[in-house]
Amino acid sequence: MKNEMRVEFDSISANEAFARVTVAAFMTQMNPSMEEVADVKTAVSEAVTNAIIHGYEGEVHKIVITGCIEDEWLTLCVEDQGIGIEDVEKAMEPLYTTRPELERSGMGFLFMEAFMDEVQVDSEPGKGTAVTMKKRIVQRED
Amino acid sequence: MRGSMKRKKSQDNGMKVENRVLWIRVPAELDHHSAAQLCEKTDELVRTRDIREIVFDFSRTVFCDSSGIGMLMGRYKMMKALGGSVRAVQVQDRVERILTLSGIMKIIPLERMQGGKER
Repeated sequence: MKNEMRVEFDSISANEAFARVTVAAFMTQMNPSMEEVADVKTAVSEAVTNAIIHGYEGEVHKIVITGCIEDEWLTLCVEDQGIGIEDVEKAMEPLYTTRPELERSGMGFLFMEAFMDEVQVDSEPGKGTAVTMKKRIVQRED
Repeated sequence: MRGSMKRKKSQDNGMKVENRVLWIRVPAELDHHSAAQLCEKTDELVRTRDIREIVFDFSRTVFCDSSGIGMLMGRYKMMKALGGSVRAVQVQDRVERILTLSGIMKIIPLERMQGGKER
């Protein structure tokens, strides 16, 4: 079974909750545990917040989330066409932030990696960033 | 808010000051959006009311991400600079997991929610 979705929305902070809820609704058909849903919501929130704050630096443009369910794997991609990341490896270091004045904790990628099975960041300065995350939703009998 | 003391919940912004302690009821979802609003209200009160401690009441909070951690760290630094302190109370399991993972419990004392749902 394969099922795909795509949603596009403005990069305003009120849409962080919208993005979380949308993805949570999409994954309900996988019969996930509450914990799995919470994990995915946290990861999505981090990626979307990054796009808003860092990718678009507070300007309003479009963020696209694509989702794919294939067997027991959920794949999500959060994309922006913002400023991109110069050094992805550095950006993913825990506690590293380019915006300490905004009280960023530098833990966004740490949380994405902690709650998803795979996180891949593709970015090009001046072009944008795509964060692809995968999670295996354990099939339970109930 | 001084001197108005309305009883209706329409006036309840989730904050109260008692004996220079600022109590803040954290919203159900603490993300970048809600954290920014919370910071604004908190910092205003700390500036004007000579606050010595901030207590974050997490009893209603079911979601928190790294923006929430940033908000807590920022308030901790602010209060430390003023010779005051910060703590978090009534923390539910999911939020506790996030706070633990972030390591922020090493600097901010945390009390778990007791006996399921309170208040």
